[in-house]
Amino acid sequence: MIAASRRSPLTFVVHLTVLALVLLWTLPTAGLLISSLRDKDQISVSGWWTALVASRENAVFRAPGAEAQVEENGRYVIRGNVFDGGTGTVSAFGDSVQTPTEFKAGETATLPTGATMSVAENGDFTISSPQPIPEGRGERIFYTRSVPPQFTLDNYREVLSAQGLGRSFINSLTVAIPSTIIPILIAAFAAYALAWMKFPGRALLIALVVGLLVVPLQMSLIPLLRFYNDIGSQFGVSPKGYLGIWLAHTGFGLPLAIYLLRNYMAGLPKEIIESARVDGASDFDIFVKIVLPLSFPALASFAIFQFLWTWNDLLVALVFLGSGNDQLVLTGRLVNLLGSRGSDWEILTAAAFVTIVVPLIVFFSLQRFLVRGLLAGSVKGG
Amino acid sequence: MQQLLFALVTIIAGVIGCVAYFVASNWLLDRIFPSKGRAGAIASRNLRIANMVRPWLFLTPALIALTLYLVYPVIESVWLSLHGRDGQQFVGLNNYRWMIDDGEFRQSIFNNFLWLLIVPATATFLGLIIAALTDRLWWGNIARSLIFMPMAISFVGASVIWKFVYDYRPEGAQQIGILNAIVTFFGGAPEAWITLPFWNNIFLMVILIWIQTGFAMVILGAALRGVPEETIEAAVLDGASPLQIFFKIMVPQIWSTIAVVWTTITIVVLKVFDIVLAMTNGQWSTQVLANLMFDWMFRGGGDFGRGAAIAIVIMVLVVPIMIWNIRNAAKEMEGR
Repeated sequence: MIAASRRSPLTFVVHLTVLALVLLWTLPTAGLLISSLRDKDQISVSGWWTALVASRENAVFRAPGAEAQVEENGRYVIRGNVFDGGTGTVSAFGDSVQTPTEFKAGETATLPTGATMSVAENGDFTISSPQPIPEGRGERIFYTRSVPPQFTLDNYREVLSAQGLGRSFINSLTVAIPSTIIPILIAAFAAYALAWMKFPGRALLIALVVGLLVVPLQMSLIPLLRFYNDIGSQFGVSPKGYLGIWLAHTGFGLPLAIYLLRNYMAGLPKEIIESARVDGASDFDIFVKIVLPLSFPALASFAIFQFLWTWNDLLVALVFLGSGNDQLVLTGRLVNLLGSRGSDWEILTAAAFVTIVVPLIVFFSLQRFLVRGLLAGSVKGG
Repeated sequence: MQQLLFALVTIIAGVIGCVAYFVASNWLLDRIFPSKGRAGAIASRNLRIANMVRPWLFLTPALIALTLYLVYPVIESVWLSLHGRDGQQFVGLNNYRWMIDDGEFRQSIFNNFLWLLIVPATATFLGLIIAALTDRLWWGNIARSLIFMPMAISFVGASVIWKFVYDYRPEGAQQIGILNAIVTFFGGAPEAWITLPFWNNIFLMVILIWIQTGFAMVILGAALRGVPEETIEAAVLDGASPLQIFFKIMVPQIWSTIAVVWTTITIVVLKVFDIVLAMTNGQWSTQVLANLMFDWMFRGGGDFGRGAAIAIVIMVLVVPIMIWNIRNAAKEMEGR
């Protein structure tokens, strides 16, 4: 619209601005995904944007002491490899903490004791002295190594098993799927009644549903927690359980479900429903055979909303399912990890990606329905 | 696996139960008040009664759930907010008096207003601009889809994503958070952003803005497309510049939609909880009402009186929007 005329110089600016905005919106998530695939040692020493180039790090290795020396052609030599089993390429080394990068790989340094030291690119070092090397601790070798980029799925293996995310994944599924399906059926009948049946109090009920749309969840938590506790102690069952959370999500999701479906059903062509009535079909038949199939797009929209909302929910799950190790859903587990492993980014990034991957798949495959649902729910009238 | 099986069985049982209720109750109604094959007067009487009862058969399950999970708790919360920590002892307005004197509560109210001022405005404005900019681009769909994506990410997931962006390492160390990396690249000193008083609120808000802008963009984009072509063509003929057309012709025509987006995001802001819990848990003066309420629900075994009182405050802030929504809906109903 702003770029109404294609050839205007403004078009170029528009392209650039949008590109910048898109980058701003995607880079944080990209950083998370890339980091979750990186080697855990590399995450903590270099930014994720350097993931594709080799990372450099400074390290120190203590060479073995005098007992390791062998006599070769009249000199006393200690050999070894600074990586000690690791991999990489040495770019520089030094013999003191003040000058850790004094020499390039392959050069020969002369130590204050008169011995010489050299480190090759592959990490092999040689310390050589004309006199026997005296007893004592071995020489310290400071070096800079560059490590080629490494990608790994280890972080995911770690979080799914050791950190309990696999268990939480199943918990999240257990919460989200019934919480999505139960309200749809209940809401569809109610929406049909509010859209196509005439009875006293209908306008009032619609107003009630619209009003309940915005009631903050916080209002319901304490009374329901008390109510569940009462029921639990009355019947001797645990107040925290899946049935409780399914029903809670059903209750909280109903206003939006009824509102969306009623708006959609009210927009269906009047003639179809009235001609069916003339033919003697009961409301029940009309609903099941005509309105329900025609309302599929609205049902799908709501299902997506409700699934995303229940999957991403933290508050309801914490209150009604509890925070025990077996009960945590993915979001709750992630919050726990933030507390206990707050600086272990290899754990956090992989765990975060596990929690967002299902919503992202749903989002990208069903975006059409999501957009349609949003529009039906928000753009009212003209 | 056993758990998923349990869930599956429950779904099937639940769905069958629901269907059985609707089918059986309707069948019963038709049996008690049959209209087919009866004499005229009785048939019409029965039909009338059946038509009066049937809507309520359709509505009953929904009404029960709405009452139990939303209507009753609102009333119960008001009652609880006038009672002590275990909900037994009547304390009058003591919980509210405590609130006014409580520094943490005042901090939360202040922060909540800050959130209310900044987040809906920024998200709506950015959404509007992005919707307009991407409308005629050949890759606009892809751009919109990517900006819309955070909508699918949980608040907790988004918090982890942004905590990584804000990550702080002491000066001189290699920064792995991109924000500090950019700051040090331009010669600045790294900051621990989320502990910076006052400004840390803004850094938390960025997360919600990041999530909500896509929503604003989708709705406002659709509204912009609904603006009649003729008004735009007329403005073009009159020599209006693209910017003038946008701000003076198009934006005024979609005010009502902007208001809907604005209020929807406002509601989200009032309920914001997960982001604060995950990022700071209210430390470094970032507390907000919803998190404070959750805190009091469980703090020291839980103080339901104070928790309920804080919930009431959130509710009171929502009420104006609720009334406005109901009025709009009523107006629309009349229009049909």
